[in-house]
Amino acid sequence: MSVKITIDGQQINARTGDNIIDVAAKNGVYIPSLCYVKGKPCLGTCRICSVKVDGRVMAACTIPVSEGMEIEVNDDAEIVDMRKALVELLFSEGNHNCPSCEKSGRCELQATGYEVGMMVSRFPYRFTPHVVDHASKTIFLQRDRCIFCQRCVDMVRDERTGKKIFSIKGRGTNSRIEIDAELANEMTPQQVRQASDLCPVGCIIDKTQGYDDPIGKRKFEVKSIKERALDKEHR
Amino acid sequence: MSKKLVIDPVTRIEGHGKVTIHLDDNNQVVDAKLHVVEFRGFERFIQGHPYWEAPMLLQRICGICFVSHHLCGAKALDDMVGVGYSTGTSLLPTSEKMRRLGHYGQQLQSHVTAYFYLIVPEMLFGMDAAPEQRNVLGLVEANPALVKRVVALRKWGQEVIKAVLGKRMHGISSIPGGVNQNLSIEARDRLLNGEEGLISIDAVIEFAQDGLNLFYDFHEKNRKQVDTFAEVPALNMCLVGDDDNVDYYHGKMRIVDKNKEIIDELDYHDYLDHFSEATEEWSYMKFPFLKALGREAGSVRVGPLARVNVTKSYSDSTPLAKAALERFHDYTNGKANDMTLHTNWARAIEILHSAEQIKDLLNDPVLQKEQLVLTFDQSTWTGEGVGVVEAPRGTLLHHYRANEEGNITFANLVVATTHNNTVMNRSVRSVAEDYLGGKSEITEGMMNAIEVSIRAYDPCLSCATHAAGQMPLVVSVLDSKGNLVNEFVR
Repeated sequence: MSVKITIDGQQINARTGDNIIDVAAKNGVYIPSLCYVKGKPCLGTCRICSVKVDGRVMAACTIPVSEGMEIEVNDDAEIVDMRKALVELLFSEGNHNCPSCEKSGRCELQATGYEVGMMVSRFPYRFTPHVVDHASKTIFLQRDRCIFCQRCVDMVRDERTGKKIFSIKGRGTNSRIEIDAELANEMTPQQVRQASDLCPVGCIIDKTQGYDDPIGKRKFEVKSIKERALDKEHR
Repeated sequence: MSKKLVIDPVTRIEGHGKVTIHLDDNNQVVDAKLHVVEFRGFERFIQGHPYWEAPMLLQRICGICFVSHHLCGAKALDDMVGVGYSTGTSLLPTSEKMRRLGHYGQQLQSHVTAYFYLIVPEMLFGMDAAPEQRNVLGLVEANPALVKRVVALRKWGQEVIKAVLGKRMHGISSIPGGVNQNLSIEARDRLLNGEEGLISIDAVIEFAQDGLNLFYDFHEKNRKQVDTFAEVPALNMCLVGDDDNVDYYHGKMRIVDKNKEIIDELDYHDYLDHFSEATEEWSYMKFPFLKALGREAGSVRVGPLARVNVTKSYSDSTPLAKAALERFHDYTNGKANDMTLHTNWARAIEILHSAEQIKDLLNDPVLQKEQLVLTFDQSTWTGEGVGVVEAPRGTLLHHYRANEEGNITFANLVVATTHNNTVMNRSVRSVAEDYLGGKSEITEGMMNAIEVSIRAYDPCLSCATHAAGQMPLVVSVLDSKGNLVNEFVR
């Protein structure tokens, strides 16, 4: 069953149940997100996909379209700036050192920063000290860069037992990503690479393979995160 | 009345420096010191990072010789993962030659920057020329054709770097055990043949030869000044290969004296057994020296002058540079050359040498091979590595240790300019005595002579103290009671 909605004034017929991000992408409108993975349950953690739905700010990945919805993505300057501010907050809260990070060029946060036109954060950098966890034989866990998207928590499991390998401990400013080193050591090289690729930042790094893509040939240098989101091949 | 002269900041060098000169009641030089007044801390904040970030992060110490830092780090990581020179392993030919290509490209653009932009103004206008003339803008006004060539040369060097490292500055190519790409045919042909806006390799060699001729002409007209200016004794050190010739990428550390007798020769992995470092409260830059000889006698000179003093010859594949080197060696009848301004001669020879080495490499089909990285695993992990290369300013060393989890736990950087610290101070003292000693009036030109002696080393004080910000020098003159009498601040 289909419903009629508008995105930035454009009339669109959409399938009932599809979320706003997917519907927008199908119709050529890019909405950035750092937690949503197409085909996986929505997490709604990063809020980068904030849009206005009938005048109210909502996370586009969490809202299924419904009849008559009026969605503002790029027509409203306030919501555009709000998304940019959310990206800036992530840079301010973590310690993101792009020049030396192994994930540079294929980091979704970095690519999204470019896409929303971020030059510098308007918020003061917190320089919060984080303890790295490199105990696993397969993964460097760089807590400085974690944005608490929870992709790894929900989508990376031990293949034998189904147990979670990553978890979040603590609350509020004391929250930190944890890794079960024993389970991580059982991960296959392919699974480690998938976990690293799933991480939208440089928090989960595959210890066995680094800096292998030359500059100019890295994922988002070949095709931008927006192009990928709008391209059927990559959706 | 006794005096204290201050030059602060020293200009046209990389980093923050300051010179103080103490004069007695008769205006004779009592003391002269080059102070390095900046502090950075790279050795500390790399700790805790994954080991493989070291060459990527630590190259940011410098905006000029970043390839040298990147390669030094890469060599140390080769050791650390168990496929480096410390384990008796050599890289795959394509990997080593790609690293060399990036290195020579950087040497060319770094030397061109130092030689033409920082040093040539005094060669053309003289040390006493007005400050507003003796700079790169004065050069543009006086000789625009030369400056256009220099811009083209630098650009070409940067393009070599980009072809190897992906960017003109702070790129990434070396990874543990090799490199992440070879040289494409298109990139090779572009560098060999040039294109609109980019000169060809033959033009690079021609411009480099012209740059050397510029020194010959300057030397011919100012022989006495060039030969006597800051002639200071020092041992000379550089990396040499099995053919006894300088090897900018890998070799043994060789130290020779005035007669070119070998004083010491070592595998650089053993540097801690041979070298120690002294510190002074008046400078952030350390003073390395050979333990066996002590601080004063054991200080070494590194960089272009030291390299041309140590090397026996160059390869036949670089005939123009080889001939230029023979002329250089003949000038001192085979003895080591201690004339500080001849460092600029040596630098011009090395520009030519780099260009010819690059041409030789570009014509080597091994650069297009696909085998790029040696395999290693946890069983080969050593957790420690030392890398040494001949950076444009001299012998550069990185030493890292990491724990079993892969965290960097220790880093020591011994930078070329640091090795030159004692010799630079000797040069400052020598020029202060010759140009300022006994003079009743101190002129700006005299103070500039002090700076010329420092610039000859093309010191990178930012690297050497591991500074944020700009890079200026202060020269101060103090009286015998330590009161400031004169100060030049730029």
